[in-house]
Amino acid sequence: MFEIHREPIDVAKVVAAVAHPAAGAVTTFLGTTRDNNEGRQVTLLEYEAYPEMAIAEMRRIGDTARQRWPIQEIAIAHRVGIVPIGEASVVIAVSSAHRAAAFEACRFAIDRLKEVVPIWKKEHFDGGEVWIGSQVGDVFPGGETEPRK
Amino acid sequence: MRVHVLYFASLREKVMASEASRELQDGACVGDLWNTLCREHPALEPMSASVSFAVNREYASRDQALRDGDEVALIPPVSGGR
Repeated sequence: MFEIHREPIDVAKVVAAVAHPAAGAVTTFLGTTRDNNEGRQVTLLEYEAYPEMAIAEMRRIGDTARQRWPIQEIAIAHRVGIVPIGEASVVIAVSSAHRAAAFEACRFAIDRLKEVVPIWKKEHFDGGEVWIGSQVGDVFPGGETEPRK
Repeated sequence: MRVHVLYFASLREKVMASEASRELQDGACVGDLWNTLCREHPALEPMSASVSFAVNREYASRDQALRDGDEVALIPPVSGGR
């Protein structure tokens, strides 16, 4: 299961998607909106995706994980639009016969997702907003990359 | 040839459009398209070092040749976090 949703992610549904009779372990990762970043008071995060390609890249991460670790199933769900403080923007679940493979594959999946899946994050904070990763240098109030004169 | 261009996130905001269509000379590559777009929108230029590209939903290098009808996405750095 590789999905992009505008609504809150149903974590139980992602976990259920990796259920397998030969699994002795299921690991999950939730990426949630934190209320601060680099000294800024974050008010919410907003995600945007290139959905067709993002799902294809998630599927590719799943294929790579299956080649590298003896896992049973892997599922990734990502939310787009506004994600309030404390809510999950991404949920990954992996099942395997023994726990080491599920932990390692889950870690690989989130790290890789952050590198290659075309999904962007805009941080809204007290005094401005900024696309994370696109800023050049420090971020100042208002989202500018130069201090205000 | 004609290609379909998709803008996302910071790039979409810089050009104030999420998509566009561009006529290019036959034999043009991804980098040629980027240079054309930068001439039209100088605000794109500072993103030159960090932008990635996808052609028909697969990551592509700047020297990849384009074909009529290709969908070219301009991909700013993805969401990060650690």
